[in-house]
Amino acid sequence: MKALRWQVAVIVAASIIFPLVIRSDYYQHVLILALMWVVIGSSWNLLAGYTGQVSFGHAIFFGIGAYTAGICATKVGMSAWWGMILGGPMAALIGFVIGWVCFRLRGPYFALATIAVGEIFRLVAVVWRSFTGGMQGILLIQSFRSKLPYYYLALFLALACIYAIHAVMRSKWGYYFIAIREDQDAAESMGVNAFRYKSLSLIVSAFFTGMAGAFYMNYMAFIDPEVVFSLHHISIMAILVGIIGGVGTLWGPPLGAFIMVLLQETFRSAFFGLAPRWVSELHVLVFGLLVIFVILYMANGIVGDWTKIQRLWSSKAGGGASAAGKGS
Amino acid sequence: MAVFIQTVVAGILMGGIYALIGIGMTLIMGVMKIINLAHGQLMMVAMYITYVLYEYVHLDPYAALLITMPCLFVLGAVLQRYLLNPLIKVDSILPENQVLMTVGIGMVLTELARMIFHSDYKSVRPPYTSMSLYAGSIAFNLPMVIAFGIAVLLTIGLFLFLLKTDVGKSVRATAQNKEAALLLGVNAERITIFTYGLGAALVAAAGTLLLPIYYLFPDLGGAFTLKAFVITILGGLGSTVGAIVGGVVLGVSESLGATYISMALKDAVGMVIFLLVLIFLPGGLKRLTKI
Repeated sequence: MKALRWQVAVIVAASIIFPLVIRSDYYQHVLILALMWVVIGSSWNLLAGYTGQVSFGHAIFFGIGAYTAGICATKVGMSAWWGMILGGPMAALIGFVIGWVCFRLRGPYFALATIAVGEIFRLVAVVWRSFTGGMQGILLIQSFRSKLPYYYLALFLALACIYAIHAVMRSKWGYYFIAIREDQDAAESMGVNAFRYKSLSLIVSAFFTGMAGAFYMNYMAFIDPEVVFSLHHISIMAILVGIIGGVGTLWGPPLGAFIMVLLQETFRSAFFGLAPRWVSELHVLVFGLLVIFVILYMANGIVGDWTKIQRLWSSKAGGGASAAGKGS
Repeated sequence: MAVFIQTVVAGILMGGIYALIGIGMTLIMGVMKIINLAHGQLMMVAMYITYVLYEYVHLDPYAALLITMPCLFVLGAVLQRYLLNPLIKVDSILPENQVLMTVGIGMVLTELARMIFHSDYKSVRPPYTSMSLYAGSIAFNLPMVIAFGIAVLLTIGLFLFLLKTDVGKSVRATAQNKEAALLLGVNAERITIFTYGLGAALVAAAGTLLLPIYYLFPDLGGAFTLKAFVITILGGLGSTVGAIVGGVVLGVSESLGATYISMALKDAVGMVIFLLVLIFLPGGLKRLTKI
């Protein structure tokens, strides 16, 4: 980590300066989304990558955060910004309850249960019209016209999330998490209370995902159940961010978040208008293909398999050099 | 009372089709120990094949079974051979890699369908779909009865196959204990390919049978994948008998839920059953029936 310190400083400095240099609203918007996904992906990774509990339901926490913020504004008469304070704890609370139920299950069963719970939340948000607004969703008015406040807030959230996960993983908790991932029975026989530490991992993960959700509500100013409780666009996207960057690594999900969001935007805008319009419909297809490719060839993601990628590169470069040498 | 009986009848008929979906899923789960999250999407592919055959060749949807089932068998076998089996050798942190792969496969299938057919709803309505049979005041929708009948026949056929043939016995052996099956000379890799193909063919049959009473759009796959695993969890992983019971239970409870609670919450019924089973009867009905 020490060797990485100056690189981290460079990244942080660059991301602080970025919006002051690049004044285009569009690029700032893409970056804001990427930073939000850094938070969601890293949180997912804490639970799935480090603790080994693969969740297919992170949309629950994202949605809870977003709806907490939204309902603060529509029903309670407070500002939606209260969501930034209440959204995280609310999601953590729901996370605790869900964990209490679902951690009786292991491995794939846990994954399935999280899908089921996610679907229940989505359906409830659709049906409970008087409270959530149903399919009409919640529409607010953005507080700021400039993107800058949102950008710095997202940056702060992302850095706080990465730092928190870094700190957690360096503490005793982190060792317990990994022990549970590697072999839950062995960990329990060594006296690790697996249920408690899985719950803690889920609570931290849910907290930050809920914060990201509350941020989304404030930033986008519109949510509906199909957006924030979406299995494909949130839960599975969180998984993609994690596995493409690299599960069980600190910098994997942040990298994955940038790759996924840039990819999504590139396709959605049909290569920034350069390609024919129909290309914009391809972005989910490309995600799917990317998942297949990454799982087949880089099972541990870009960061996790970085040495493998480097070796592949250097052997190619080396081969090229020696061939060139022979030629001369 | 008539409403109640009507609801249960509709539920049981639907349950026959659900059972077919569930059996395919449970076979795959039993042999490969993975959850096939592309199951509904495979069904969607079969439905589009049926649709194309009906629309352009005017082939009756029930005759299309003879085409969709082999097609999906091949598709399933290819997916298993080239995308899922290689993962067994890959070393990774998450054991759920194969499950994630099926998610990827499902996404690709859905998006390909969207590219080719766009997102609008399609349906196949041969003239006889609106006919009903009556027993007293209870109506039996004809295509549902046909679907139920064919589903029962296919299930019986599958049981005979699993119990009587060598390949069927190898499938069951691999599901029970892969290592032991390997030692006894079962080519486990080939069996996994065959099983995924078989599972895909069964869900293809379900899709084709469902099309005359349902409608079709690319995102339909996801909803049925959820149903498929509700059925499988309810029945107990790898239990074919359980999948049949689970299918019927899901069919009836959805039908009751739609009539007595709310149409909008129909899909939530399945999820709630699913959670209740996971919490109170982990292992599903298999725990009670032992098969």
